[in-house]
Amino acid sequence: MTSPQRQRIAWIAWTMVLVSSLVAIRVLNSQATSSADEGSGGAGGDRRFGFRLEESAKALGVDVVHQGPAFDSRLSHIMPQVASMGAAVAVADFDRDGWQDFYVTSSGEGSLNRLYRNTGNGTFADVAAAMGVADVNRLETGVSMGAVWGDYDNDGWDDLFLYRYGRPELFRNDQGKRFVAVGEQAGLPKWVNANSATWFDYDRDGRLDLFLAGYWADDINLWKLETTKIMPESFEYATNGGRKYLLHNRGDGTFEDKAAELGITSKRWTLAVIAADLLGTGYPDLFLSNDYGVSELFANRGGKGFTDVAQSTGVGRAPKSGMNASIGDVFNDGRLAIYKTNISEAGVLVQGNDLWVPKEDGREYENLASSMGIDYGGWSWGAQFGDLNNDGAQDLYLANGYVSAGERSSYWYDFAVIAVGHSQIIGDAANWPAMKGRSLSGYQRKRLWLNDGLGRFTDVAQVVGARDTYDGRAVALADLGNRGALDVIVANQRGPLLIYKNSVASGRHWIQFELEGTQSNRGAVGARVELHWKNRVQVQEVTTASGFSAQNQRRLHYGLGDAGIVDRVVIRWPSGRKQTIERPEIDMLHRVKEPSDPAQGKPDGV
Amino acid sequence: MASEVPVLVQERTTDARGRFTLDNRYLPPLLITSILLGAHLSYGILEAWYATALSIVTAIGAELIMGRLTYGKWPHPASAYISGISAGILVRSNQLWPYFLVSLVSIASKYVLRLKGRHLWNPTNFGVSAAAFLAPATITVLSIQWGNVLAPMIVIWLLGSVIVWRVGRAHISATYVASFLLFSWVSSRLTGIPWSATVAPITGPMYQLFIFFMVTDPKTTVRSKFWQCVVVVVIALVEMILRLNEVLYAPFYALFIVGPIAMLIEVNVSSRSRAQRD
Repeated sequence: MTSPQRQRIAWIAWTMVLVSSLVAIRVLNSQATSSADEGSGGAGGDRRFGFRLEESAKALGVDVVHQGPAFDSRLSHIMPQVASMGAAVAVADFDRDGWQDFYVTSSGEGSLNRLYRNTGNGTFADVAAAMGVADVNRLETGVSMGAVWGDYDNDGWDDLFLYRYGRPELFRNDQGKRFVAVGEQAGLPKWVNANSATWFDYDRDGRLDLFLAGYWADDINLWKLETTKIMPESFEYATNGGRKYLLHNRGDGTFEDKAAELGITSKRWTLAVIAADLLGTGYPDLFLSNDYGVSELFANRGGKGFTDVAQSTGVGRAPKSGMNASIGDVFNDGRLAIYKTNISEAGVLVQGNDLWVPKEDGREYENLASSMGIDYGGWSWGAQFGDLNNDGAQDLYLANGYVSAGERSSYWYDFAVIAVGHSQIIGDAANWPAMKGRSLSGYQRKRLWLNDGLGRFTDVAQVVGARDTYDGRAVALADLGNRGALDVIVANQRGPLLIYKNSVASGRHWIQFELEGTQSNRGAVGARVELHWKNRVQVQEVTTASGFSAQNQRRLHYGLGDAGIVDRVVIRWPSGRKQTIERPEIDMLHRVKEPSDPAQGKPDGV
Repeated sequence: MASEVPVLVQERTTDARGRFTLDNRYLPPLLITSILLGAHLSYGILEAWYATALSIVTAIGAELIMGRLTYGKWPHPASAYISGISAGILVRSNQLWPYFLVSLVSIASKYVLRLKGRHLWNPTNFGVSAAAFLAPATITVLSIQWGNVLAPMIVIWLLGSVIVWRVGRAHISATYVASFLLFSWVSSRLTGIPWSATVAPITGPMYQLFIFFMVTDPKTTVRSKFWQCVVVVVIALVEMILRLNEVLYAPFYALFIVGPIAMLIEVNVSSRSRAQRD
C-alpha cells in the first residue's frame, strides 16, 4: 500500500472514530440525565411503588410561610443569596403524649417561629407563643437558622436548642408546659453565625453535649457590617468561616467549650453536621458537611479527643459545596453510608452529590452516588433516608433549589465568574455582581429516590406526588399519624412549610422502636439498633440533627415488606451495653428501656 | 492543549534564551506536570487521580496508534501528553467516560480536521469545547481557584512566562492578557458589573492553562508574529462578545471559532502566493 493510500484509509478510520466519539458523548450525557427522570410521566404511584404522597399542610392546620432576613444594605445587591437559609424543622414529642410534634423556624426580623403540637386527631396547633419559643427573631439576638431537640438534663422532656445568625439560645422544657430560656446561665457563646448544631454524648458520660458549627465568622454582625470583606476566600478552599464549639455538658445545667482542647479547630463554612458511630469504635464521630471546601470527619478517640480523618478515609479529598449530612444503611448490610449534597447545574457546575459508603475494612469510604443514581439533584439541600414505602430498603428524599426569582433570568453566569476569582476578589461582597431579581438554580424539581435494595435508586418524586418547586431547605421524616408510615415535612426558604402525608399500600409491614436510656443519656442518642429479618440486617442509629437544619423523629422506623417475622433486634446502647430482643411483634411501636442487666431485654409494646 | 510542542531552535542562538540547555520540547510538559502535581499535593484538586491518568493514557495511546498507522512512524508522545493532562485537568465530571472520550476526540481531531497538511483546531480546545457543548449535564470545565493563596499563582505565572518566552511565544500570551484586561474593562463599562468581577476569571487556573498552553500552540497558530498577536486580540474580542451573552466557557469557544478561521486564511493566502510565484 502506498503512503497516500494508507493515509486516506487512516483518515476515513479516524473520521469514524471522531464522529462516533462525539455521538457517544451526546448519548452518554443524555443517559446520565434521563436515568434521574426514570419513573416520571406515569401515574398511580401507590400501585407502582407502594406509596403515595399528598401535600396536606393546610388540611392538617399548618399554614406558615418562612420569612427571610434583611441584612446590612451593603449586601442588598446579593441579599437573596446571603440570606438564603433559615427555613428549618425539628421533630420531637415535646409533651410526651405519644404524638410527634415539630418546631419550625422563620428568619425575618420580628417574624415568629412555630411549635406545632400534634393534637392526635389529625390536626396541629401552634403553641409556640404560649410555650415561649415564638418571638425569638430580633435584631439584638439575631434570627433563627435552625433548632435541635435533646434532653440535656435527662429529665425525660426534650429541650430545645436554637441556633441563629446571632446569639444561640437553650430552652429548657418544663414538663411540656412551657419553655424557659436558660442559654445565658448555661454559658453558651454570645454570638455565633451558625447553620448547624447537634446533641450527642461524645464522652459517653450519660449526658448530652452540644456541637455548634459556625458558618460566617463569629465577629461578623450581618446587620452592621464593618467591612464587605466577609465572603469566602475561595469557592472550594475557604477556611475563613465560623469557629466550632463543642460544649461539654457539666451536668449542672452549664456547658464548657472544649472544641480546641479536643482537637476541633476548623474554621470551615459548615452547613450540616451529623454525629454517629461511623468508624465502629462505639463512640460517636462527627461528620461536617462544609460549603466552599472539603468535608471533615472527626474521629472520636474514646471521648478523649477528635482527629480529622477525612483525608485518610477519602470523604474529605475533593472540595465541593457541602450542604447536607445524613446517614442510612442503603444496602441492608449493617454499614452506615453518609449522604452529602452539593451543587449540580448543567453546563456550569456539576459537583454531584456524594454517597460515602464504608469499604469492607471500615477505614476508607468510596463515593457510590453516581453508580447508584443519586448524584444529580440540582442545587441540593436537605436530604433524609427513610423507608417511605415500607419495602425494607431505605429511600432518599431530597429538597433542592437555591433562589427562585425571575423565571426567565439566571444569575448563574455572574455567579460562576466571581466564583473563580482569587480571594481578594471573591472575598469582598462589593465585587459580587448584583442579582437584580434573577434566579439561581430556582424552581427545581424535587427528588425522591426509591431504593430497590440492590444498589440502584429510581427517582419517583413526580409520580408519587412530591411535585413542588419551592426552594427547599430542611427535610424531616416522622410518623405524624402513628400509622406506621413516614410522612415528609419540608421547610422552604421564603416559602410555605409542606407536609407530604404518606399513604402506604396495604400488606407492607413495619416496626418502630423508641428507646429510653438509663445508664446512657435518657434520649438514647447514639444507640445503634440492628434489625435482623429475612437474612437481611438494617442498622439505624438514634441521632438528633440530621440532613440540613433538620431533625427527624427520634423513633426508629423500619419497613419490612411482606415479612411477617423479625428474627431479632440487637440494641447497642450508648453506654456500651448490648441488648437482644428476639422476635419482636411487628406492625407496632416498641418502647424499650435500657436494662440494668444486659441479659434482660423484653420490650414494652404499646 | 498544545498539540505540538514548540520547537524554535532557530531562535536559540542569539539571545539570553540560548543559555537554557534543556530541550524545548520538554519544557511545556514539565511545566504542566509541575502545575498539576503542585496543585494536587497542595490542594488535592484531583478527586480521582485515575481519571486524569485515563486521559493521559488515552491521548498518548491514540497518538501512537494514529500516528503510526497514518504516517508509518512513531510520533513523539510529548504533545499527546500535554493534550491528555490538559483534558484531565480541565474536564470536571463525576463519570469516567468523559476523560476517555475527550482525550480521544482531541487527538482524533488532529488527524481528521486538516487542510494542506496542517490541523486547524488546537486538539484539546476542540475536545473540551465539544464536550462542554454536547454534554452540559455531565461535563463542566475547570472553573475554580486552586487554593486561596497568592504565592502559588504568582509562581505559575512567572514559570509559565519564562517558558513561553523561552519557546518564543511570550508575545502571544502577553498580547492576550493585555487584550483580556482591556476587553474586561469595556465589558464592565457596558454592563455595570465591577471590573474586579469581569477580570476575575483570569486569576483562575483555567486561564493559566489557556494562556500558556492553548493559544500558544505552534501548530494551530499563524506563522507571522504580527498576525499571531492580531489573532489573539480577535480571540479576546470574540470572547468578550460571548461573555456579554453569558457564555461561561467563552475563551474556549472563542478560540474554537477564531483559530481555524485564521488558519484557513493563512493557508489560503499561502497557496495563492505560491501559485502566483509558480
